[in-house]
Amino acid sequence: MTSRRPLRSAAAALGFVAIATAVHAKDTGMAFVSSEKDNALAVIDVKTLAIVGMIPTCKRPRHMQFLPDGSALMVACGDSNRADLIDVAARKVVGNIPLGDDPEAFDISPDGKFAYVSNEEDGALNIVDLAAKKVTKSIPVGKEPEGVKASPDGSRVYVTSEVANMVHVIDPAAGKVVKNIQVGKRPRRFALTADGAELWVTSELGASVSIISTGDLSVVQTINFEVKGMRPDDITPVGLTLSRDGKTMFVALGRASHVAFVDVASRKTTKLVLVGKRAWNVTLNRDGSRLFVANGLSDDVTVIDVAQAKAIKTIPVGRVPYMVVVDD
Amino acid sequence: MTEQARRCATWIVALALGFAALPLQSAAATFTIGVLSRADDERLDPHRTELAYLGHPGGPLSQSVEVAIKESQFELDAANLQVKIEAAQARDATEAQSVMQRLEKAGAVAIIIDLPADWISRAAPAVKLPLINAGEPDDTLRAAGCQPNLLHTYPSERMRADAIAQMLTSRRWSKVLVLHGTSQEDAARLATVQASIKRFGLKPVATRPFKLSADPRERDLANPLLLTANLDYDVVWVVDSDGEFARSLPYRISLPRPVVGDGGLFAVAWAPNFERFGAPQLARRFLRGEGRAMTGHDWAGWIATKAILQAALDKALTPAAQLKAFVQPAFTLDGFKGVRLSFRTWDRQLRQPLLLTDGQGVIALAPGEGILHPTNVLDTLGADAPEGLCKTR
Repeated sequence: MTSRRPLRSAAAALGFVAIATAVHAKDTGMAFVSSEKDNALAVIDVKTLAIVGMIPTCKRPRHMQFLPDGSALMVACGDSNRADLIDVAARKVVGNIPLGDDPEAFDISPDGKFAYVSNEEDGALNIVDLAAKKVTKSIPVGKEPEGVKASPDGSRVYVTSEVANMVHVIDPAAGKVVKNIQVGKRPRRFALTADGAELWVTSELGASVSIISTGDLSVVQTINFEVKGMRPDDITPVGLTLSRDGKTMFVALGRASHVAFVDVASRKTTKLVLVGKRAWNVTLNRDGSRLFVANGLSDDVTVIDVAQAKAIKTIPVGRVPYMVVVDD
Repeated sequence: MTEQARRCATWIVALALGFAALPLQSAAATFTIGVLSRADDERLDPHRTELAYLGHPGGPLSQSVEVAIKESQFELDAANLQVKIEAAQARDATEAQSVMQRLEKAGAVAIIIDLPADWISRAAPAVKLPLINAGEPDDTLRAAGCQPNLLHTYPSERMRADAIAQMLTSRRWSKVLVLHGTSQEDAARLATVQASIKRFGLKPVATRPFKLSADPRERDLANPLLLTANLDYDVVWVVDSDGEFARSLPYRISLPRPVVGDGGLFAVAWAPNFERFGAPQLARRFLRGEGRAMTGHDWAGWIATKAILQAALDKALTPAAQLKAFVQPAFTLDGFKGVRLSFRTWDRQLRQPLLLTDGQGVIALAPGEGILHPTNVLDTLGADAPEGLCKTR
């Protein structure tokens, strides 16, 4: 940023720029990192793996996701009770959406109309109408909801409660919890398998991943992790994501400072890659060759070469990095 | 308030239904938790609590119980369980015993207690149901005076002293000047501190009593400058159960050195400004529900309730089943301190990290990095299994 003017004009435009009119984003060749104590996103050039800029945003940015039409990056801010919409090409905030108290994570409905937001403070899943920019429903769930995942057909929303140790299955149309599934302690994040038959959920204090059958909504298996030289109590899985070929699940093991490569078919950990402290959320680039890991306690992002299962670079970013979104 | 109402305030936690219980089942199973504290508790005199000494209670035990139940309402509803709280107070050991017996007869699955050590020692053998001590740090209750039905969520005095000693070891502040009060309680706590100093290889430079006084003839005992002069030390460790002397000790000693113990840097079970492991959410829930900051005593009451609820959700709905559940190796609790917590099988003390705080922020956690233990590093705080101090299993 060369002067303060562009910032001010961006601020003046807040609320007036409709989502659909902001057409940039995608193919910027950049990765964006939210850090809880920065109120800004760090911009990483995916080719050089260097920080090339910062985008000021709302307070305590955490979960980020592109809108389905790619028009903007939606960033949920816990301390601002809203999401900012960011034009990643212009690196500017172009709008915002109220999300309710202390939003942490969210997912967007497959039709792009709604955001499903976990609100830590209220113990609720809020349904936000993205066009109207309004919370339309608030569904009480167990305390401290966190991970949110919409099913690909839009009929269900899954949300974890860190206190209730449950996955709540919600019918978003009816605005109701249809099932509570008991999983390991402090459940955090979700990933679906390629065929959509399994929902994997990490348990931070269970040191495990619970696999839920999306057919009968029961836990079919629990994967426990072991890292040589680490006590079970040091293994605190949080983020996870599926490889592009659908064969491997990448699971960040938190304080164990490793990412586990888990073979989806056999449920076996095939590789462990050493990363920074408290490996949190993990994100792939578009072709799936590189994995970006946000390290919450070492204030950096580790980039893993997936084929070699090796960390190739660790990049200092902001304070308490939470998540990376790659737009290469 | 009538005597009856004061001694036994009973309420039923409201059924917050309509969204959670799925599918709506028939009659809910009800279980009772007893909450027993001391009547006319001097520690809770408003003039005392407003001073907010670290390591002292900030309000009644029942408040933390309430917060824990509210927080678990969703799971309780989903499991079709209803909790009834029987809160009672006792004036002495005899009354404590009769209240425990009454609650046991009435079918309580466990009682959370905040009572003086000698009351607990005398009353606990009269009942078989689990008693969870959420307020008394006395180590005797975890050693020679341990009882098969007595568990502890409040950290012991020794755990707190060990936490500070570990911190001093890791900083290499090994020369320790100990200042202590002269009450009976301070004498016992001084012995614990001295044992921790020895255990972690610190060097006591001198041990001196202090006295709160403005009498010029007693200035050698009362003046922090004189008390700390003509000695070489890295740190002053103050033992002051009352808190008034220790509060203003930092910055008043003769050398520019830190103060730890009951002044300066404290080891506590909980601090309301703790920022990690989801702690702010719990701290905020407590503040919103009870209108005051959450203390270590509140944390102990809260986690004791969570233990009972978790066992009940695992279908342990009798006192015997609860007691059995607590000491299972798989029974772990989430205390918002980043690691799994569980009860030690040898003395039924909840193993837990302690927070080292100056009251403004949490400076460090104990055990810190580099502290090692063959099985669980949390067991470097307090009495470990091989010591065999508690004979009742």
